[in-house]
Amino acid sequence: MTYKKLKRIDLIFHEDCDCSQVLEKTFRKSNDEIINDILESGLKGRGGAGFPTGLKWKFTAEQPSGDRFVICNADEGEPGTFKDREILFKVPSKVFSGMAVCAKVIGAKKGYIYLRGEYRFLLPQLTKALDVFHKEIKDLLDFEIIIQMGSGAYICGEESALFESMEGKRGEPRNKPPYPTVAGFMNKPTVINNVETLVYAFMICKHGPTRFKELGTSDSRGSKVFSVSGDTPIAGIYELELGMSLDHFVEEFGDGDTKAVQVGGAAGFCVPRKKFKDTIIGFEGVPTGGSMKVFNSSRSMYNVLHNYLEFFEEESCGQCTPCRVGCQQLIKGIEAVKKGEQKAAYLDQLMKLSETMKLASKCGLGQSVANSFSSIVDNFREEMIY
Amino acid sequence: MADKYGRKRENLLHILQGIVEQERYLSDVALTEVARELDLSAAQVYGTATFYTFLDTEPRGKYVIRVCRTISCDMKGKNRIIQAIEDALKVRLGETTQNNKFTLLETNCMGWCHEGPAMLINDQAYTNLTEEKVIEIINDYAKNK
Ligand SMILES: Cc1cc2nc3c(=O)[nH]c(=O)nc-3n(C[C@H](O)[C@H](O)[C@H](O)COP(=O)(O)O)c2cc1C
Ligand code: SF4
Ligand code: FES
Repeated sequence: MTYKKLKRIDLIFHEDCDCSQVLEKTFRKSNDEIINDILESGLKGRGGAGFPTGLKWKFTAEQPSGDRFVICNADEGEPGTFKDREILFKVPSKVFSGMAVCAKVIGAKKGYIYLRGEYRFLLPQLTKALDVFHKEIKDLLDFEIIIQMGSGAYICGEESALFESMEGKRGEPRNKPPYPTVAGFMNKPTVINNVETLVYAFMICKHGPTRFKELGTSDSRGSKVFSVSGDTPIAGIYELELGMSLDHFVEEFGDGDTKAVQVGGAAGFCVPRKKFKDTIIGFEGVPTGGSMKVFNSSRSMYNVLHNYLEFFEEESCGQCTPCRVGCQQLIKGIEAVKKGEQKAAYLDQLMKLSETMKLASKCGLGQSVANSFSSIVDNFREEMIY
Repeated sequence: MADKYGRKRENLLHILQGIVEQERYLSDVALTEVARELDLSAAQVYGTATFYTFLDTEPRGKYVIRVCRTISCDMKGKNRIIQAIEDALKVRLGETTQNNKFTLLETNCMGWCHEGPAMLINDQAYTNLTEEKVIEIINDYAKNK
């Protein structure tokens, strides 16, 4: 396999563009042309699941006429992710503009930004920027954006839970199908995209699909904003070309003593040093919504796993048994092994339990516990026992 | 509140958030009143409120301190920060000071992992905390706010 070298990109934060001018230019194209540009660019969702953005917009646009909505998912709750905050802080008008392009294409008159409660301090500034934006696009598009606050629940970042929450209910995920493109917020066709996805969509409108497509690999086009934390001398937010190996990443961000990197947050995968070389960061390898946590050899991976499991146990909505009970069992289980109350072989039973959770849970939360559980237990088994 | 936000189900969260902003928590009286105004059952309103960490149904101090307990902040020493606050305010995690000014809680990752340990006091985020720094911040609230 060949890897891309680590390359810093400056698409998102760079250049304060005149957004309304770009919108005006974009709106001279037909909706089909815009969708084709997004499809052509290869842009995939930056919120985790990596669904092709152009397709999502296309499916929603194709729904029979009636109300429809565009929603910007700014719930950013995945441990280790903080790039959406920075994007909303530094270039909010690009986020609004991405929503406006989507609104035009799918025929939405209303858009919402679901902002996590922890980011309420951004609200005054965002409201101000939004006022300016509404004035600027007044003659271009009949479209209004409303900011809706979350109230401290990781699960509300899951799209259907987010709709429930916006409808004033408990944030409990729905069964799928129907998908949001058919029945989302208020059961109307809805595009829900991550903050970063919307900005990239707008940048693709600005520069054309080629500039984006030239970056990255065939499965992971473009660049992405990474949130780097943990044992690194240069923690922070970095826009990087997709498709680099974890080896290159660690060379740049590690502290010289890196033993593992958790890619994709608590819901993601733990990669140990010996696999850095063969791990590609992107949809063909280990995908990430942006969270990169670096651990050096002083860290106990037992503590890391325990911390993640506590996180999941607390944030599970409790709606389905495999997830609710499974999270508790996994915590108790690793505690028992650590204390010597259970034999080491019990870990294999726990791995099976996490696999069952993957199959039997209703939503991505319960389904992804096994990612970190298996990858940590598999690679750091001794640390779980002694 | 219902007058301000409207009486539809989808306004429920706005209303509850508005009350918490003013009163710091949702009392039984407040919840029952909201239920009546929106023509929902008290159980529905209560069930919704208790789902959300920030919609407290227990009395809280004027300033709610939430220290991040997730892994990056944990690695950077959040326990020392909590200890320092506990000592300074003479409360334990989960408790409110006698003068009802501060409540000390833990919370999950709040999006400042690169600048941990981090905490929120109401809506305001504080990062790169040290024991000295956190005491200074708390003292400032105690004296000036
Ligand atoms: C438990 C859970 C939490 C999620 N949290 C977020 C989040 O905070 N932000 C986000 O954009 N997507 C989150 N997602 C993914 C969303 O469900 C959805 O796929 C995403 O918003 C789609 O946008 P995209 O196509 O632009 O990535 C979460 C998913 C799950 C299962
Ligand atoms: S998997 Fe967990 S979070 Fe998802 S619906 Fe089931 S209980 Fe809720
Ligand atoms: S781990 Fe503390 S803010 Fe993310």
